[in-house]
Amino acid sequence: MIDRRLLTHFDWPVLILILIISCIGVLNLYSATFGEVESHLYAKQILWIGIGLAFALFITVFDYRFYRDFAYIFYGISLVLLIAVLIYSMINPEASRWIKIGPFFIQPAEPAKITIILSFAKYFDRFSKRDGYLLRELIIPFIILLVPSLMVAKQPDLGTAIGFLLIGFSILLFVKIKWKSLVIMIIGGTSIIPFVWHFLMPYQKRRILTFFNPDLDPLGAGYHIIQSKIAIGSGGFLGIKGTQCKLHFLPAQHTDFVFSVLAEEWGLLGGFILLGLYLFLILWGLNISIRSKDRFGAIVAFGVVSMIFWHMIINIGMALGIMPVVGIPLPFMSYGGSAIISMMAGVGLLLNISMRRYIF
Amino acid sequence: MRLGSQGIEVFQRRYKPFLIAVLIGFLFLVLRTWHLQIIRGEEFSRLSKHNRIRIREIPASRGMILDRRGRIVVDNRPSFDVFLVQEDIGDMEKTAEFLHRLLKITPKELGKRLEANKDRPPFKPVRIQSDIGRLHLALLETHKLDLPGLIVDVCPRRAYAYRDIGSHLLGHLGEIDSDELRQSQFREYQMGDLIGKYGVEQQWEPFLKGLDGGRQVEVDAMGRELKVLQGVEPQPGNNVFLTIDLDLQMTCENLLRGKEGAIVAMNPQNGKILAMVSHPSFSPSLFADGINHEDWETLVQNPFHPLQNREEGVISPQEILSCTGSYRFGNRTYRCWRKGGHGKVNLHRAIVESCDVYFYQVGQRLGIDTLAKYAKGFGLGKATKISLSDEKPGLIPCSEWKKKVYDEVWYEGETLSCAIGQGYILVTPLQLLNVSSAIANGGILYLPQLVERIERANGKVVKSYQPIPRGKIPLSQENLLIIREALYGVVNEDRGTGRVARIKGVTVSGKTGTAQVIRLKEEVKEEETPYEHRDHAWFVAYAPMDNPVISVVVLVEHGGHGASASAPIARRIIHKYLNILKEEGNLKPIIARGREVDSLNSRSPIR
Repeated sequence: MIDRRLLTHFDWPVLILILIISCIGVLNLYSATFGEVESHLYAKQILWIGIGLAFALFITVFDYRFYRDFAYIFYGISLVLLIAVLIYSMINPEASRWIKIGPFFIQPAEPAKITIILSFAKYFDRFSKRDGYLLRELIIPFIILLVPSLMVAKQPDLGTAIGFLLIGFSILLFVKIKWKSLVIMIIGGTSIIPFVWHFLMPYQKRRILTFFNPDLDPLGAGYHIIQSKIAIGSGGFLGIKGTQCKLHFLPAQHTDFVFSVLAEEWGLLGGFILLGLYLFLILWGLNISIRSKDRFGAIVAFGVVSMIFWHMIINIGMALGIMPVVGIPLPFMSYGGSAIISMMAGVGLLLNISMRRYIF
Repeated sequence: MRLGSQGIEVFQRRYKPFLIAVLIGFLFLVLRTWHLQIIRGEEFSRLSKHNRIRIREIPASRGMILDRRGRIVVDNRPSFDVFLVQEDIGDMEKTAEFLHRLLKITPKELGKRLEANKDRPPFKPVRIQSDIGRLHLALLETHKLDLPGLIVDVCPRRAYAYRDIGSHLLGHLGEIDSDELRQSQFREYQMGDLIGKYGVEQQWEPFLKGLDGGRQVEVDAMGRELKVLQGVEPQPGNNVFLTIDLDLQMTCENLLRGKEGAIVAMNPQNGKILAMVSHPSFSPSLFADGINHEDWETLVQNPFHPLQNREEGVISPQEILSCTGSYRFGNRTYRCWRKGGHGKVNLHRAIVESCDVYFYQVGQRLGIDTLAKYAKGFGLGKATKISLSDEKPGLIPCSEWKKKVYDEVWYEGETLSCAIGQGYILVTPLQLLNVSSAIANGGILYLPQLVERIERANGKVVKSYQPIPRGKIPLSQENLLIIREALYGVVNEDRGTGRVARIKGVTVSGKTGTAQVIRLKEEVKEEETPYEHRDHAWFVAYAPMDNPVISVVVLVEHGGHGASASAPIARRIIHKYLNILKEEGNLKPIIARGREVDSLNSRSPIR
């Protein structure tokens, strides 16, 4: 199953990059929650990272083509879990995004990202087309993408739903669709917006407007943004011993606003280093994708890279006040078991594809 | 392998555009970080030093409650509330001591307040005391500089324009409790918010509550506001217009002052409540009691029972039964209220003179289950569904019910008690009013309603309540007419039990009722009975007979006979309301049959 050649091709840079980013994440978390009720979270985060890495390595054991056979089954399981969330939230109104299994709170939207990527790769691998896909050939991928997106949007987690769509759309561009199809898609997509808008309740409209313009809600999202900007801005070049985050001025500092904590304490330098690490990781991943030995591998690797890319852009962009305020985690940095383990599963696939590119 | 290196080359050619896209994405983040940290770094650094951005909430003012003619019954007034911002408190001990000295807030109470709000971020103000006096306000303002973190803000506070008026009806506000906070309907509320806990305030809470606003402010090191960054204006709640007439309500309150009991007046044509009083007036221990004053002991002689007999064909209105003052059944004697008896009575006289013996006999002919069937047809034994919490359904017994509850068979003797509305029967004043309104309006049972319409602060109508018929009473028009003639007789015939309620020139119709609290010995005079053992006095009435504009029920607990205690009250209420309508110029419909109404204005008949 695993032979020596595989070990020689093991992609150490990816693993090391992930380890470095995760370590920064744990340190940052420790600092953000020091002396708080949540001060034990960094230890739990280490646990999640450990489990995630073990899972990633486990994934590398089998040839990734093995997962292709199960892609739709994984996808089906994640849909069932998403339905379970919707039902669970009816029983327990406090829960809208997670289900509780034993002592664990699981957010099925996180693993769903991976299963969407696998299903897309399987579909476009089976129906491979060099010169681009026509619109009618994309009906199944649309269904694969829209069903979980709508379910997540219903939770309501608009941010994650948009994340799904961005990942899916990126893969479509990667496998190439016909220009004509692309134009029709864009026109079609934009033209149904006013139609859908018409059917939304006023509070839903307000929520969406606030989503794109936090200033409409200066006491909620808008306040978070200004506090985040103060935290980042006061960090200056080398960072300060910040007060902004410590004193709870910033909500969700261990999940959504981790970048603000980092930028306040480590300044421009710390922020740039982190951005550099992400850039390195993403470019390396892109390389893995285009060099993979088959179409399935290439699409999966690209999907994982686009997942990391979009999460990073949206999360950091939000902290910097240039993106909507959404609950999207910063990969390997934000606290959260479901997110960490799902991201690590993606890394596992990346490593898997990378180390098998010379082996046929 | 399905795909050779050839397939991969396709992807390799696509590397460049994606690379560029990624780089552009990163460039944005880098430039923005630079912008915030280097270019605007000093500005944010300054704001960060004292964590200078605060949120000040601006509570929305709650909607007003007005009467049917738009007179304000419940309003808001400004109140000065003291808040504490933990983040800005310099010397907590000094502040606590000051609060103790000035506002008599013990450090323990203060701790409790802060503990309850410990989930709030420390920069959000916590309310320490509401509605401080002007003296305290002045003192706080003078010491402002020594006491960073203490702020005084003006908040709207509920003001009940007429102190005791309609207290059962209007309800009151209270701080939301943790049980309510967990309910999904209160998702938008937070700790410390006030919500309606009773009556109209509770039932129309979603309309009355406005939308709170707030503003982001920059403060100095002392916690004083320097400038407002952004804000949302609060939106006041909607105004609720009641069906209640304030003048009539006050009259009713005055009439019941010093007594225990209840008065409800309604427009029989649409079910809208005109006045509603329950005494003893508001005291917190009575919250559970309130509107549905229920009489566990007894009830009125129902004016409608004979009708049932007619509908069932067991007796004709002309049939004469004789009353000797008592009726022997089994080995018990059932008494009539008139010791000497009424002699020969037909249906009309039986109602007019309230002959118990007559109804013992028809009750016996009907049997309890038929009685119960009709009583339920009149809406008795179930809640009227008025929009007030904890309305009680009352009770109409039947043989099946007794079997279920007591596991005993029904005795025919019990039917006799029920036939005159006593025994197990429980009826609320509102239910009885509904029945008399239905008789008055030709048979329609309306949903009793308290609210006329709801308007936005700008006067735009949000919701307007229409009359809702909930059923028809099971009587033919012919029989209704017989009953109405008899009820007219109760007040207007010389031997009628309700003649005290007569108003010259107005066709008042009514029915008396006397509900036993305990079985009284025959010989004891009413004045000699201890107060708490005296009978409850009931009177239901409506006027005018042909085109009724008001129906009213009066219950005076331990008032003795319905005729003596309740009927005069009903009369004055009807008189008052007709005067109100006359002032409004709405009296026209009352002049039915060309009767005079001038006497309404002469002062002498009513005192």
